[in-house]
Amino acid sequence: MTAKDKPVRMEERLYQNRYMVDEGRPHVRIHHQAEDSPQLKTLTRICPAGCYALDENGRVQVAADGCMECGTCRIVCQATGEIEWSYPRGGYGILFKFG
Amino acid sequence: MSEHFDAIVVGAGPSGNAAAYTMAKAGLSVLQIDRGEYPGSKNVQGAILYADALERIIPDFREDAPLERHVVEQRIWMLDDRAHTGTHYRSDDFNEARPNRYTILRAQFDKWFSKKVREAGALVITETTVTGLVRNEAGAVIGVQTDREGGPVFARVVVLAEGVNGLVAQRAGLRPELKPNHVALAVKETHFLSEEKVQERFNLAGEDDGVVIEVLGTVTSGMVGTGFLYTNKESISIGVGCLVSDYAETGMAPYELLDRFKRHPSVAPLLRGSEMKEYVAHLIPEGGYNAIPKLTGDGWLIVGDAGQFVNAVHREGSNLAMTTGRMAAEAIIALRKADLPVSEANLKIYRDALAESFVMQDMKKYRHLPATLEKNRDALFGAYPRALSSALQTLFRVDGTAKRDKEKQMLGIVKKSRGSWWAVATDMFKVARAWR
Ligand SMILES: Cc1cc2nc3c(=O)[nH]c(=O)nc-3n(C[C@H](O)[C@H](O)[C@H](O)COP(=O)(O)OP(=O)(O)OC[C@H]3O[C@@H](n4cnc5c(N)ncnc54)[C@H](O)[C@@H]3O)c2cc1C
Ligand code: SF4
Repeated sequence: MTAKDKPVRMEERLYQNRYMVDEGRPHVRIHHQAEDSPQLKTLTRICPAGCYALDENGRVQVAADGCMECGTCRIVCQATGEIEWSYPRGGYGILFKFG
Repeated sequence: MSEHFDAIVVGAGPSGNAAAYTMAKAGLSVLQIDRGEYPGSKNVQGAILYADALERIIPDFREDAPLERHVVEQRIWMLDDRAHTGTHYRSDDFNEARPNRYTILRAQFDKWFSKKVREAGALVITETTVTGLVRNEAGAVIGVQTDREGGPVFARVVVLAEGVNGLVAQRAGLRPELKPNHVALAVKETHFLSEEKVQERFNLAGEDDGVVIEVLGTVTSGMVGTGFLYTNKESISIGVGCLVSDYAETGMAPYELLDRFKRHPSVAPLLRGSEMKEYVAHLIPEGGYNAIPKLTGDGWLIVGDAGQFVNAVHREGSNLAMTTGRMAAEAIIALRKADLPVSEANLKIYRDALAESFVMQDMKKYRHLPATLEKNRDALFGAYPRALSSALQTLFRVDGTAKRDKEKQMLGIVKKSRGSWWAVATDMFKVARAWR
């Protein structure tokens, strides 16, 4: 892998974005079931903001501070009931400069 | 805010702004609510603006709208991993007094449009999320709940211009949740370069001329989707979008797809030395005609992306949003003037206006295409792009092979890509039929 091919870290990618984080009021939550569904697991790959990751126990966790409110996770997990998703309170969340 | 409005518009994207502007201009009392810090702060587009739809609402928009460049050249590229096959169409005719297509930056454009809405007399409230609809005993919608203090607000009609996710309508039971194969997830970056560099790299004569590139082929790694690269004044918008169902199935990371697109040998030189200043993600409705939800009911109607109004083949969305917003407004104005209730039955004039316009006609024309693309995904987004590149490379390489043999080789490549001529013919037939 050459320097130019090095994967960009998510923090660097999101660094330029503007957010107004609503501290203590996450707008995306996981309702864990006995086992994480394949749909939930796939979010660790396909969430465009990298909000989903596995914890030390191999369970999927979400940290939605970088969320761009696209809705993908809600749609992918609609049948499993694992994702509770709402918009952040008015004025909070992602603030696109160019869109 | 115990006032009673003629209309409440949920959302200040192009569809909501077109509706609010048109109604306010006609003298109706309009309340428009958006959840963003400012209108546009939640919105994403490629973005090509189609002048015609806006001109029908604000004829002199060119005087002060934040337009980036007008499009003088359209390129369509078919990518494989190392090559692109392309068609370019440039014409000096596009350098006209009232150009037909522009590139824009949505966050800035929406802010401008919203200013026009306010000037027309609508009350625009931002930083406020609509959380639910209020109904009367008969079930008709009569207002909205928001996350602001002060209780519900009431109106004769609620225009749902809330964009693709459509949570208000969904949670009120007016429409179902989106299907993963009815929406594409698009990621996009804005890369800054000097104005001169943009002009040099795209062979542009003036600071207002622009090029847009639509990209098909292996850019989506076999998933149903497309890439795009548009020139703005001092920046380049580059992005890629694929069906959510395909992402869920392949587990591919959208940003990795975008990075691969940016590193493609045909693309990298266009971006060299640029500074990335924003990374965004947004859904695009791509289910087409068959995915359109119920659009009207007693006291409510749906416009824009919330109604799945996107023509994915022609990359048209904002114009359908503005047109449906305008038509909804015209229907509401007509009912207001006649002092008739905004009931589902009376909203037939909105449904009829849609049916008679290019909006529904285009949506209908391509109604079989989403399913056809999905079913033939491997051929159309993998095998053919590779075969095309390899066949053309065979043609252009001069290596002592007789031309007749080259032609045989080229045909062999196409045939091999799908196993048999029968398979190739069937593919062509299926796509042609869905196109018709
Ligand atoms: C990457 C990408 C590229 C595109 N390229 C093009 C292109 O080149 N040309 C083109 O014509 N179209 C393009 N489109 C499509 C185009 O962006 C959409 O069709 C258009 O934005 C739809 O407008 P809208 O007003 O219906 O929805 P939106 O623009 O999504 O606006 C919805 C508004 O509603 C607000 N809202 C939502 N829910 C609530 C709530 N509960 N309370 C308060 N406010 C709420 C949001 O803040 C937002 O402002 C593209 C889309 C994407 C994602
Ligand atoms: S809404 Fe989109 S960006 Fe936000 S967590 Fe879900 S998938 Fe990720």
